[in-house]
Amino acid sequence: MANSTPRLDVKKTYKLFIGGAFPRSESGRTYEVKSAKGVFIANPSLASRKDLRDAVVAARAAHSGWSSATAFNRGQILYRIAEMMEGRTSQFIDEIVALEGVTPAAAKKQVEQAIDLWVWYSGWCDKIGAIYGSTNAVSGSYYNFTIPESLGVVATFAPAKQSLLGAVQALAPILAGGNTAILIASEKFPLPAISLSEVIGTSDVPGGVVNILTGSSAELAPWIGSHMDIDGVDASGLNKAQEKELRIAGADNLKRIHTFKESASPQRVLSFMENKTVWHPIGV
Amino acid sequence: MTFEYSSAPESKAIVKLDPVYKLYIGGKFVAPKSGKTFATINPATEEVLAKVGYAEKADVDKAVKAAQAGLKIWSKMAPSERGKYLYRIARIMQERAREFAVLETMDNGKPIRETRDIDIPLAAAHFFYHAGWADKLEHAGVGSNPKPYGVVGQIIPWNFPLLMLAWKIAPALATGNTVVLKPAETTPLTAMLFAQVCEQAELPAGVVNIVTGDGATGAAIVNHPDISKIAFTGSTDVGKLIARSVAGTNKGLTLELGGKGANIVFEDAPIDETVEGIVNGIFFNQGHVCCAGSRLLVQENIQDEVLEKLKRRMAQIRMGDPLDKNTDIGAINSKEQLKKITELANSGDEEGAMRFSPSCTIPGKGFWFPPTIFTGVTQAHRIASEEIFGPVLSVISFRTPQEAIEKANNTPFGLSAGIWTDKGSRILWTAKHLRAGVIWANTFNKFDPASPFGGYKESGWGREGGRHGLSAYLKGAK
Repeated sequence: MANSTPRLDVKKTYKLFIGGAFPRSESGRTYEVKSAKGVFIANPSLASRKDLRDAVVAARAAHSGWSSATAFNRGQILYRIAEMMEGRTSQFIDEIVALEGVTPAAAKKQVEQAIDLWVWYSGWCDKIGAIYGSTNAVSGSYYNFTIPESLGVVATFAPAKQSLLGAVQALAPILAGGNTAILIASEKFPLPAISLSEVIGTSDVPGGVVNILTGSSAELAPWIGSHMDIDGVDASGLNKAQEKELRIAGADNLKRIHTFKESASPQRVLSFMENKTVWHPIGV
Repeated sequence: MTFEYSSAPESKAIVKLDPVYKLYIGGKFVAPKSGKTFATINPATEEVLAKVGYAEKADVDKAVKAAQAGLKIWSKMAPSERGKYLYRIARIMQERAREFAVLETMDNGKPIRETRDIDIPLAAAHFFYHAGWADKLEHAGVGSNPKPYGVVGQIIPWNFPLLMLAWKIAPALATGNTVVLKPAETTPLTAMLFAQVCEQAELPAGVVNIVTGDGATGAAIVNHPDISKIAFTGSTDVGKLIARSVAGTNKGLTLELGGKGANIVFEDAPIDETVEGIVNGIFFNQGHVCCAGSRLLVQENIQDEVLEKLKRRMAQIRMGDPLDKNTDIGAINSKEQLKKITELANSGDEEGAMRFSPSCTIPGKGFWFPPTIFTGVTQAHRIASEEIFGPVLSVISFRTPQEAIEKANNTPFGLSAGIWTDKGSRILWTAKHLRAGVIWANTFNKFDPASPFGGYKESGWGREGGRHGLSAYLKGAK
């Protein structure tokens, strides 16, 4: 240790998150992410159509297990994500400050809001059915009830700004409803979402339940729209023209496509759930 | 000795047909701008019942303007008073129920027993149920300050004409919207009778507007810029077309589309009740039912017994004059639909499935298709995957519950399914794994205004009925 050369940082390679693993894009493509001050930070993957298809396969495979896990179990896992994030608060603050150019105080607030949002949605897992399901007083000797169930595989575009909070508000409600997710990270500020994938990878979330892609929303949106094994899309992160194209392509399998304004809303959970009504006669 | 049924026809005297029905716009019956009309026939006799106005773009525009004017009154009215109008409508429909039933049977071809006991009472019940919601909208599940969309465009099918009208209009009105509704081309008459009910109920002008026409009329509604929400019931193909048309607009959209319902019979099912359920599942309303149990999935070890009893039961089905109170299966609604059913059934023969129909007399006039089942059907056959919308059942066997689920879910549709078993835990396990919006366990084809109805996957968007259906007509914080 006698050598007086200053220590060189060990920098992270920012990769995709598919099926619980951290692959590079199969295309070999990356793009340059710079700080708010214009300094090079990283070369994250520029995800391709094939990466998206791999993510859909992983998400579909994970859906049966995740949707049939007990709601209590799902709630605990979402809470675990909040716990794991809390321990990485300073890392997230640094990334947000560097990328978004906001003050450390503003970055800290964003991280705290993101963590608390996981906690909030965690609590919805085992309550959404009680509040939004129903027993229906039909005119006849039948027991009749309606329960919300998971939709399936849902893709979601994180909003461009507030990169971490945006990613969490896009992901958490989808997972709370028992769906598996493919998140397209903020194109300009993708790094907090990738760090989030590292949190998720160590939070007992089964592989494939969350898949995170970085790259061009404009490039991926049409493939998401036309993919026949995606059931729903949160298009809040797209512009109006992209959203329109997505809706036209998405009509091929009648994808449920929604946009939202509120971060914390049970409508975000319900929009990606299907209501199932069951009838049975009453008799002896 | 054999017993014969005497004919027991319901009298047509209660119905007074007008020679020409105009459009109902802004509380008045007005002729279409072009003066064009088209005929509606009785599909059991092919006789022309009446001419109805053919609404084009200009007429739809007029109806939307009337609905906008109506909205000023309707959306600002005290909700409890709005509800009272719906109660009035429900009561008048009950008072005139038999008239509605006979007219519906004449225009649609479905048996009087069904219009009298199911379509019309359920339609009235729908208004009664939704009337009570009008002043409780903050409990509808879309937040504390829900708002109506405004003018809603509604397009309904021909299989349950008045009932589908009620499913559309009742929740729209209860939530403070006004409507422009287009009945199906082949079944416009009960909608025009409903317009008379609106008059008798003194409903403010413009709250309900009814424009008769065809697909072009529907397209004019879908594409009208001053309509805030579209509600459509019909085929999946048209539903997708509408979804593309409204992309990029701020229009809300709910869709009730096609289905290919699996009716699953496990080995421990009570066979006699199950056979009744199978018959009700596929032959009710000539099979013109989007949620029909059109795929019979039967456990292999009881297949022979079930099929034998089913065939014996089918021989007792009475097809014929829809106005006869003993009739079980009436007329196919149109020549076009008969052609489609015939073509798909023929594909069953060609692809190697085996056809069975009981011998029955087909009337000389009108459109008819006998109750039919196909055995030896594989999942690759067209009759196993395409919606036939007629009295044609495809029988497929399975060995294990897992296989039943896989086969049942192997369709882009997800509207309905049936489960027949004596075991409670198996019902709940099966119901949980079926990807369908309505599951009937040890029953089939039951409907109620309080019970949400609608499909998974390509069977549609949203629900109709119950709190869930109501909320589709309200905008809240999201």
